Amino acid sequence: MYAQEVKSTGLVVKPLDEMSDEERAFQVRIDAGEKIEPKDWMPDGYRKNLVRQISQHGHSEVVGQLPEGNWITRAPTLERKAILLAKVQDEAGHGLYLYSAAETLGVSRADLIDDLLSGKAKYSSIFNYPTLNWADMGAVGWLVDGAAIVNQVALQRTSYGPYSRAMVRICKEESFHARQGFDIMMKMTSGTAAQKAMAQDALNRLWWPALMMFGPPDADSVHSAQSMAWKIKIMTNDEGRQKFVDQTMPQIEYLGLEVPDSTAKLNPETGHYDFSDPDWAEFFEVLKGNGPCNVDRLRARNIAHDKGAWFRDGLMAYAEKRKIAAE
Amino acid sequence: MANDWPLWEVFIRGQYGLSHRHVGSLHAPDAEMAMLNARDVYTRRNEGMSIWVVKSADVTASAPSRKGPMFDPSNDKTYRHPTFFDIPDDVESM
Amino acid sequence: MFEFLLRMGDNTLVLGHRVSEWCGHAPVLEEDIALANISLDLIGQTRLWLGLAGEVEGQGRDADALAFRRDVWDFRNLLICERPNRDFGHTLMRQFLFDLWHFERLSDLSLSVDDRIAGIAAKCVKEADYHLERSKDLIVRLGDGTVESHSKMQTALTALWPYIGEMFTDDALDAKMADAGIAPLPSSQHVRFHKALNETLAAATLMRPTNDFAQMGGRSGTHTEDLGHMLATMQFLQRAYPDARW
Repeated sequence: MYAQEVKSTGLVVKPLDEMSDEERAFQVRIDAGEKIEPKDWMPDGYRKNLVRQISQHGHSEVVGQLPEGNWITRAPTLERKAILLAKVQDEAGHGLYLYSAAETLGVSRADLIDDLLSGKAKYSSIFNYPTLNWADMGAVGWLVDGAAIVNQVALQRTSYGPYSRAMVRICKEESFHARQGFDIMMKMTSGTAAQKAMAQDALNRLWWPALMMFGPPDADSVHSAQSMAWKIKIMTNDEGRQKFVDQTMPQIEYLGLEVPDSTAKLNPETGHYDFSDPDWAEFFEVLKGNGPCNVDRLRARNIAHDKGAWFRDGLMAYAEKRKIAAE
Repeated sequence: MANDWPLWEVFIRGQYGLSHRHVGSLHAPDAEMAMLNARDVYTRRNEGMSIWVVKSADVTASAPSRKGPMFDPSNDKTYRHPTFFDIPDDVESM
Repeated sequence: MFEFLLRMGDNTLVLGHRVSEWCGHAPVLEEDIALANISLDLIGQTRLWLGLAGEVEGQGRDADALAFRRDVWDFRNLLICERPNRDFGHTLMRQFLFDLWHFERLSDLSLSVDDRIAGIAAKCVKEADYHLERSKDLIVRLGDGTVESHSKMQTALTALWPYIGEMFTDDALDAKMADAGIAPLPSSQHVRFHKALNETLAAATLMRPTNDFAQMGGRSGTHTEDLGHMLATMQFLQRAYPDARW
């Protein structure tokens, strides 16, 4: 899972000769492929944008537990239940790694979580769509994790050391996620008529939201140049989307499913697939909070947090008592 | 929130006798819980044989601004590396 | 033997399911991850016990057929395993009481004259050992934490107390298993269990309830209302699409 670049820095990239000495030295390091580490000097804009991006990414992992968690108790076999649970557990772990990376920039996890719970912080729009049949567990792993991995693989090269290291670990762990999803899809498409129908239904509902995961078209996000210069963002929204469609279309064919886009086909001149835009008006509605599950997702996170307060406080109180007793 | 669990750094030694290596961080109320959490968070794929946890606040890190004076001096002592010395081929294993 | 194996496998199946219900909803990320590990261990153990049960039965049923195609009255788990999660305190107290029993039970079973049972128990006991370390630790900390956490844990202990007795009540099947050297009588664990329990409750500053009434029936198939709802959820796909393979 990953955070969408929805609203970019809004900053215009300064030419090197207009930068202060510090800014220039910083940019030269990044251009040379050096990693920036927590205690290094960094421009305020770099720090702010990183905090926002990494925490959004972390929030996406944490909220991303919910749509798949929705089917853990209904998984059809013990093995499927174990695989799904392990996968959703990984998402919690990835949220934790990402929050830790953000914390190296001087923010606290508690504050980041407060921003998520109050609705101030964003997370990936994909998780505001429901999971309605078992094939969704296949489609989420295959399409959603498949889309996420396109960006995350690129982000391993990001300039900020702790973020890059979190990405390396996450990519390593995620390699089984997309595969288990495709494995479910293969079982479904080679199964009964009802299973095939579930698979097609899942693809129909999740195809467009998966394309939206890469964010709005490049033409509408002109300010991402600064993020690219800082190597916070490695590829543009459209590049990522194209890459995803190119790798996914043959898989759809292999499964014998139909992509819900009649214009999608290989363009022999470019060697890439042509495809239609998702409904961007819907995308912006989801971002505004009007997706089918926005309210439910935030509510679930708030309940977990509020009802867990006594637990967190109780353990802290015990630790403090013991510390005092030891002194 | 006053009651936030502090942050801990986790170091794990893998299977093959290598040193403990930093793998990440987590939150826990004290060292014992940090140890249990580290086991659950960072050894899900059979990664570890031994775990260290250290409170993040207790880690002293070198200052990036002192990178030059700290590390450049060792840059020109190439004689510390075995490749500095040419040993004739007919002298065996050294 | 088949029924004995169901008793082991249904415990872990039902409790593993309950614990998995927390995934994505626990009080803090670290705990969410830890609970998932416990649930994964229990699901894994279920596959071993029910797998062997299916083999022993010899009717071609595998672990999945036993887990997803039996009705409530065929389940043989302890009632405590099916008690609902309620709040996190109930969940942890249920886990601790179960772990305390489970660890001792598996330790005993690892000495079974039946190699298959001894083998499964020897593998599972290491997992149960860790579960117990963690749940015991949390019970002590929360019992001796804040006024609120203490009260939550005390409430949970009182609510779950009537479900302890069932763990140590022998029946005809237990006698047969004991005679054959397959598994010692459940009652043989009683003293050890309560000694360890008292130590933990004292460290946790929790009061041992005085009521010694025991709710019974799980091990012979008479369950609480909660199990039916759990199975309705858990078995939905297998029941609705009986000819599908997943």
